[in-house]
Amino acid sequence: MDFEDSPEEAAFRAEVKTWLDANAKPRTGKREINADDMENGAANQMAASKAWQKTKAKAGYARITWPKGQGGIGGTPMQSIIFGQEEGKYDVANGGPFAIGLGMCIPTLMAYGSEDAKKRHVWPAVQGDEIWCQLFSEPAGGSDVAGLRTKAEKNGDTWTINGSKIWTTGAQFSDFGILLTRTDPNVPKHKGLTMFYLSMKSPGVEIRPIKQASGGSGFNQIFFTDVKIPDSQRLGEVGQGWQVALTTLMHERLAVGGGAGGGLDVPQLMSLARTLELEDGPAIKNASVREKIADWYVKSAGLRYTTMRTMTALSRGQQPGPEASIAKLVVASKLQDLSAFAMDLEAESGILQGDDAPMHGMFQGGWMSSPGLRIAGGTDEIMRNIIAERVLGLPQDVRVDKDVPFNKLPVSR
Amino acid sequence: MNFDFSADQKELKDQVNKFLTANCTTKTVRKLYDGKDRYDAQLWKQIGEMGWLGTAIPEAYGGLGLGYLELCVIAEEMGRALAPVPFNSTVYLFAEAVLAAGTEEQKKKYLPKVAAGELIGTFAKSEGTGPTLPKSIRATFKDGKLSGKKTTVVDGMDADFAVVLARVNDDAGERGLQLCVVDLKGSGVKRAECETLDPSRCYADITFDGAAAEALGKAGEGWSNAQAVYDRAAILTAFEQVGGADVCLQMAKGYALERYAFGRPIASYQAIKHKLADMYVFNELARSNAYYGGWALSTNAHELPLAAAAARVSATQAFDYAAKENTQTHGGMGFTWDADCHFYYKRSKQLGLVLGPQRSWKDRLVSELETSNA
Repeated sequence: MDFEDSPEEAAFRAEVKTWLDANAKPRTGKREINADDMENGAANQMAASKAWQKTKAKAGYARITWPKGQGGIGGTPMQSIIFGQEEGKYDVANGGPFAIGLGMCIPTLMAYGSEDAKKRHVWPAVQGDEIWCQLFSEPAGGSDVAGLRTKAEKNGDTWTINGSKIWTTGAQFSDFGILLTRTDPNVPKHKGLTMFYLSMKSPGVEIRPIKQASGGSGFNQIFFTDVKIPDSQRLGEVGQGWQVALTTLMHERLAVGGGAGGGLDVPQLMSLARTLELEDGPAIKNASVREKIADWYVKSAGLRYTTMRTMTALSRGQQPGPEASIAKLVVASKLQDLSAFAMDLEAESGILQGDDAPMHGMFQGGWMSSPGLRIAGGTDEIMRNIIAERVLGLPQDVRVDKDVPFNKLPVSR
Repeated sequence: MNFDFSADQKELKDQVNKFLTANCTTKTVRKLYDGKDRYDAQLWKQIGEMGWLGTAIPEAYGGLGLGYLELCVIAEEMGRALAPVPFNSTVYLFAEAVLAAGTEEQKKKYLPKVAAGELIGTFAKSEGTGPTLPKSIRATFKDGKLSGKKTTVVDGMDADFAVVLARVNDDAGERGLQLCVVDLKGSGVKRAECETLDPSRCYADITFDGAAAEALGKAGEGWSNAQAVYDRAAILTAFEQVGGADVCLQMAKGYALERYAFGRPIASYQAIKHKLADMYVFNELARSNAYYGGWALSTNAHELPLAAAAARVSATQAFDYAAKENTQTHGGMGFTWDADCHFYYKRSKQLGLVLGPQRSWKDRLVSELETSNA
């Protein structure tokens, strides 16, 4: 048991470092955490993100596990992780707006799209020229994705789309999207779905940013009014949309590490506690403060070493265990609780935000982003269902809607 | 990245699991609940014969000289089986104290007997209710004689030898303390059995009245030596706790799938599913923290005190939660003497307290963080 690279991993890491040295500058100092970053990610540095993506694609580092010539080197998941670790030490616009397209949309296109579609779309997406978004959730179907209502009706070789999608990350700067629609409301809900892809510039597509409770706008609502999609842009068979969507979502879960907490954790809380004086002396010496710090530390450390266990499985060429599924559930509520506790320590000034607040408002930013984090990408409740059903093998919930035609389902009281 | 046990270590774990599944069921535990024995002597003998007691004891002292990661996997299985034997007192506390602070002569005197299963050992620290503090130690060790009273000594009735934390000089703090080894069968030793919640792990109060004892480690280093031993024991105990917590999750799952209420298995209700999902989350966090502790123990890393505190806190939380919610999932049946749930509920508390309370370990954890961040 150790934390060392295998000889092959060490060689790959050295290769990556050499390449990064030649193509980027090392990061100096720590990144400041602020609320805006936590909400909007790297979207505000689009040009830099695109340029860096292109550089990586040429070298085969954009999608390391993909084949040569498609932005990859046919590498292992572990090599992908090693690249990410080293890339993080350089001052580059990594992360950014490509994760959804390359992590979910393009793999779906590669599985179900025509040869022409793959030729046309894969490379521009890999090298960052074109950005993709995923159009699944709807105002009336959040956790119940298969309950979606956006209609697709066929006339000759053309489909007409009407409806609305929501919580679409990055739609405002996306060029294409994959779209899950209802093509048959007369059959039970999972059986009447069909998947398409479309240009986000199509006539009849309207994108409106959603102003979040936190004030930021990382998500959008999309309205489709008589939008035309040729049948050649269908992914999978008519009525097989749910199976196609599961492919997309499976790729989402392959991502290692789960949600981030914006880097706000025990060290920041300890920094705050070192500066504050409480009724009985320095906050860092207060028993209730220390107990909380310990509680959150064992969660953070537990997650850190859980990730290392997952990476070990990958490093040994094994399928990782299900333990990676706990990350988002733990991170999101920890961020909320830890931020709230820090604000309570700040007392009356806890209500301030931004630069008026202690430590540039990092705890207020964390507190305001945490409700979103507990919902996005699967609510806490759905994550618990996933662990219960897929990890522990407990039965699915009773589904009263399973065998009922979609248009016969009750939709309100 | 190689943060997992090796194939050989997993193979050992399987073997230990097979043996304990066959030879230490909850019926074995129940015998102690319903009878007069304080530990299962037959099981203890078998464990000694297989050499498990000497897993991490070097070959020079009669052990197998395998290592701590091997001891970690055995510990997890012992915890899973609720093994009612003086394993953790003898191996994690007594043997570790001798290894950490003993002279060459002392190691040669005690360790081969531990490894051969001929010696039960323990560690006596507390002197009454509340956490043990340097200033609260009143037992004295002077001129080779030990006097005073130690309370709640695990396996104290059956141990042959105990390592005892006692005061050697006038310094009222840490610098006045020293460890010593005492023969509990010698004169000047009186033991009284304590009534405890978990009858499968027994305790005694021990009174020393000028009992012959020999120093273990230097005067003034008793507290730091004890702490070093307890850190190591905390990591090994965390593996026992992780093993116990895992069984609770499996029991709760098994019962929830079989028990029908309102026309369907209770495992199909979210109230139960989410509880079990939370159990899984706690258990995985605890397992990962224990692994890190195992790594620190096996490499003697300077992070060991922090790793030990984190492993201890995380494992205690996981076993507490799993044991109480397992009982809850079993409903009224879970609260009966005949169901096995209470064995885990009680063992979770026994293991959670035997090395000092969670509160003290949390404080220790933060002290380590303060030092490492300084």
